[in-house]
Amino acid sequence: MNWLDIGALNDIPQRGARVVKTVHGCVAVFRTGDDQVFAIDDRCPHKGGPLSEGIVHGHAVTCPLHNWVFSLETGMAQGADEGAVATYPARVEGGRILLDAAQLLKGRAA
Amino acid sequence: MKKRLVVIGAGMASGRVLEHLLDHDPQGWDVTLFNAEPRGNYNRIMLSPVLSGEKTYEEIVTHDDAWYADRGVTCRFGESIVRIDRARRIVYSNEGGAPYDKLLIATGSAPFIIPVPGKDLPGVVTYRDLDDTNAMIAASANAGGKAVVIGGGLLGLEAAAGLKLRGMDVTVIHLMGHLMERQLDPAAGYLLQKDLEARGIAVHCKGATKAILGADRVEAVLLEDGTVYDADLVCMAVGIRPETRLATDAALEVARGVVVNDHMVTSDPDILAVGECVEHDSQLFGLVAPLYDQAKVVANGLLGQDAKFRPVQTATKLKVTGVDLFSAGDFADAEGREDIVFRDPARGVYKRLVIEQDRLIGAVMYGDTGDGSWFFGLIKDGTDITDMRDTLIFGPAYQGGTGADPLAAVAALPLDAEICGCNGICKGTIVTAIEGGATTLADIKAQTKASASCGTCTGLVEQVLASTLGDAFQMPAAQPMCGCTDLTHEDVRRLIKARELKSMPAVMQELGWKTSCGCHVCRPALNFYLLADWPEDYTDDAQSRFVNERNHANIQKDGTYSVVPRMWGGMTNPRELRAIADAADKYDIPAVKVTGGQRIDLLGVQKEDLPAIWSDLNAAGLVSGHAYSKGLRTVKTCVGTDFCRFGTQDSTGLGIKLEKRLWGSWTPHKVKLAVSGCPRNCAEATCKDVGIICVDSGYEIGVGGAAGMDLKEVERLAKVATEQDAIDMTVAFVQLYREHAKYLDRPYKWLAKVGLDWVQAQIVDDAENRAALIERFDLSQTIYQRDPWAERATPQAHQAFGPLADLTKEAAE
Repeated sequence: MNWLDIGALNDIPQRGARVVKTVHGCVAVFRTGDDQVFAIDDRCPHKGGPLSEGIVHGHAVTCPLHNWVFSLETGMAQGADEGAVATYPARVEGGRILLDAAQLLKGRAA
Repeated sequence: MKKRLVVIGAGMASGRVLEHLLDHDPQGWDVTLFNAEPRGNYNRIMLSPVLSGEKTYEEIVTHDDAWYADRGVTCRFGESIVRIDRARRIVYSNEGGAPYDKLLIATGSAPFIIPVPGKDLPGVVTYRDLDDTNAMIAASANAGGKAVVIGGGLLGLEAAAGLKLRGMDVTVIHLMGHLMERQLDPAAGYLLQKDLEARGIAVHCKGATKAILGADRVEAVLLEDGTVYDADLVCMAVGIRPETRLATDAALEVARGVVVNDHMVTSDPDILAVGECVEHDSQLFGLVAPLYDQAKVVANGLLGQDAKFRPVQTATKLKVTGVDLFSAGDFADAEGREDIVFRDPARGVYKRLVIEQDRLIGAVMYGDTGDGSWFFGLIKDGTDITDMRDTLIFGPAYQGGTGADPLAAVAALPLDAEICGCNGICKGTIVTAIEGGATTLADIKAQTKASASCGTCTGLVEQVLASTLGDAFQMPAAQPMCGCTDLTHEDVRRLIKARELKSMPAVMQELGWKTSCGCHVCRPALNFYLLADWPEDYTDDAQSRFVNERNHANIQKDGTYSVVPRMWGGMTNPRELRAIADAADKYDIPAVKVTGGQRIDLLGVQKEDLPAIWSDLNAAGLVSGHAYSKGLRTVKTCVGTDFCRFGTQDSTGLGIKLEKRLWGSWTPHKVKLAVSGCPRNCAEATCKDVGIICVDSGYEIGVGGAAGMDLKEVERLAKVATEQDAIDMTVAFVQLYREHAKYLDRPYKWLAKVGLDWVQAQIVDDAENRAALIERFDLSQTIYQRDPWAERATPQAHQAFGPLADLTKEAAE
């Protein structure tokens, strides 16, 4: 893995998200209430809603457009909805957020 | 010949190393112990009881002079080490050298000092050693002195409790949203705060220290939000960092701490390190249990035995007399993990167990921690809990039994307990009606008036029916707020008021929420209820709001936003129109549209452009139109007497006055007003939430109209003679709606539930109540009537609307 420092944990509010722009589109980086970070594609498979703008609860986010709920860990839609978004490796070290650059620059995770 | 061991630092870890080593091999080592403090090993964990006066220093000394003398340890206390000469294996202090065969670095940690102005003023202390403790004891000698503790972690809270016991007025300032956030979840943190406040310790969460004020010595602490706390003593307890200076100077491998391997050996094979100064496997250590494990490994290594350090789970307890909390293991939410949550609001008990793959991996407990060590054992041993899962939360002593009767609380109420506050109906009256033949909610309403008004006690009345009639009463299935609770919106609103719940963790704890932090359905509703009922106490939580209210713009289907400046009463002028046109050009706005609310919508704005376009519009005097909010939207008007030959009153002027009074207020759903200058009704006031029709003799005020999913004509609330009366009635109506309606009910839906009669009784017939409603509305406006555009004019806000990082220029590998 090629870990890339993309910002400070405190640049993202708790239960919030910010986006990282890549040539393949935006990746949403979430900070949960327990200070973990997750990175997933910032595009709901339903109608393209920006997931980074959703309400974060537990380790899940609700799409702001039509309330689909996605697991931040697996990218899978929860409940009755079917669909998934790509997830990217992310971690926090010493208050900095690290993403796997190789995956990000390559585009969608396999 | 004896081998020479030099130890730098007489802390708890190195003390334990010496005990092990010299007990097992009393003759093998010639030990020299350096300590910068002019004293030997004492139990630092017990500094809190020393501070609070429950123990003396002498009682916490672990190794006295005789102990060192008996074992031939050369003590060089009060000497600071200046250098380690690794090539010649000599340690130099300010008073001379000491050669070693093995060197043990146990320099511990240093308190972290927040770099704010005033941090060096006399009266600012940290909380690390006996000297700090004595400084605090000395400062507390003046009765009635004020202390501010910065940091609401373990150490800070122990300092706060000790200072309080010494008779000081204590305030704790904590940066995060709840106390001890590393050990506790928000629910347990809330209970802890409540307990501390009950002891007279003030707690300010989400408080960032900006400066420590004072001329010659500390006088006050200033926070970023402008709050000032007077202080005779400031204790900084925001955290510690490993003391690594000596190791760094000696060119040992140092990351955050002195890096050691499993044998606690540094990058130099003759130098070991132990305690809070080390970093093992990217991990630092602050609690005593792993330090003792490390000490054992160090001693065994020196004795020539093979031993490896393996960090184990640690449990936390707060050493504040009477505060009962426990946390252990990992209690973060994660895929594949399940929570078992138990709350007993009456006793202030909260327990949460986290289970993964049939094993207990974490536990947080507050109020009743008797089973803590049993749970900790299950976590450490990785016990399969499948068979005891159903009763696990009740602990090892669980003897079987049935679940609590949900009706028990209501059944236990005395007959004179008031059930319906609106009509003053007590339980006895309802029971009498039931005994007289009433069997349904409708019967009770008709016979007693209970729940016939605002309806928030409906659930209680039904429970009285159920507990009195038993099986004869079929409880209607109430619609719970969401999956996190069985309570209805009405129940939650009633309980927030009745039990004075003023924060989200308070609601979730006291009302027994089934999830740890709610969901997208309940959080926005709770956020509204709390800010509407407790404007002065509750802090609005942006992360519990829908995107539009968080970003102060309406998200469109393509992820862009619309920007709508306010046009008071639909009036504008060439200057404003020019500013709007300039903004449309400058930001390449794809669509500009006139809205139904008499203003102009700029559609298709990129999120990162929002703060800049707002700032441009602000400069022209335009403010946010809140076209996105569950709040006041627009006040539509006709031109009225100023220009119209039919106008009877100044409808435009009244509309502007109403908009200026109401803007910025949050409501359960959006609120739209209109004022028409005559019954021809050009402003379409008869289908608005509040619509005023001006007539010759005054103002007809209609409420509860709608022209959305449902089409509804307003109902007549009142007819009043003066413009001031019209404003008063409108403000009181909006406040009554804010205080009572279910989140996402427009006024017409709420009106259908409570009835126009009740609303008229509250507002029109009862002048005193009307005045009180207006007063509460105005109080809320002092806090919430803020232009969100102006508030986001800072560079930080601009940054927060942009991407965290832009990797589009980076090349793929």
